[in-house]
Amino acid sequence: MNTSLFGYTLALADDALVSAQRMGWWISRAPELEEDVALANIGLDQLGQARLLLGYAGELEGEGRTEDDLAYLRDDREFRNVQLVERPMTDFGVAMARLLVFATYQLHLYRSLTVSDDARLAAVAAKAVKEVTYHVDHASRWVLRLGDGTDESHRRMQAALDAEWPFVDELFTPCHPSLGGRVTDPSALREPTLTDVSRVIAQATLTVPAVSPALGGGREGLHTEHLGFLLAEMQHLHRSHPGATW
Amino acid sequence: MSSRGWPLWEVFVRARRGLSHVHAGSLHAPDAEMALRNARDLYTRRGEGVSIWVVRASDIEASTPDERDAFFDPAADKIYRHPTFYDVPEGVHHL
Repeated sequence: MNTSLFGYTLALADDALVSAQRMGWWISRAPELEEDVALANIGLDQLGQARLLLGYAGELEGEGRTEDDLAYLRDDREFRNVQLVERPMTDFGVAMARLLVFATYQLHLYRSLTVSDDARLAAVAAKAVKEVTYHVDHASRWVLRLGDGTDESHRRMQAALDAEWPFVDELFTPCHPSLGGRVTDPSALREPTLTDVSRVIAQATLTVPAVSPALGGGREGLHTEHLGFLLAEMQHLHRSHPGATW
Repeated sequence: MSSRGWPLWEVFVRARRGLSHVHAGSLHAPDAEMALRNARDLYTRRGEGVSIWVVRASDIEASTPDERDAFFDPAADKIYRHPTFYDVPEGVHHL
């Protein structure tokens, strides 16, 4: 009976989980040790959100699947994350552009979920709001410095925004209307998210890209070819050694 | 991106209200704002602090080992500066 709330919760969880995995790539690769730690912290915050949401999604589904079952034993077509977070993120400008958009979206999402009729989602959101507030801050400061930095950093920051922008629109895909007051309809987050992001972009002397949205479909399990490779790395240990623990 | 040239910052963390800021360590950052945030990530991630100061290491004037004799030895033989010549009244536990 909770199928659509299950799907909604799973989508939020998968966004956070896949983003955390991409963020973890930066450990040992950031421009400085201090930034390694910062990005790892952000990834771990997202992973914490994913764990709480996956655990709750498993309960809503009612088929006994745990957070580990959902994280490690689904294939890419069963993941509900947006394509924004699954694509490779091996350029620092891309990482900051994506984090700015995604964290700003999450901030508005979680803020509105704190007053959800669903007590569990409200509790997860209340914890996450403080975390993503910091993520927005971190990304904003880097976008400002790179956008309003040297000619080279400005050019690369703009290129990063241009690359991410087609995938922004999918964040605001409307959810199932039957969910009513228990959830936040993502389409309501478009205006506040884009207003905040555009303000940072303008301050950084950059331009909001004018591009058409990508095809999307992540919420229905349609993904880019990159998600399969990400999952192979993330799930390999659990699938090779079922039930392995530390 | 080359990080060469990021200056060194010294980090001071206050563990809770009423205590002083204590030197926690150092880090690299491009400017003061980022230094504060890096300090948050490096030195308060296990709930160690309620307040952080960062100071550019080059702005700190420090005593050198060469100055040790003139700076610190004269204090070594002035035991009357230590509060050891008082009789502690009985029953006073927190003097």
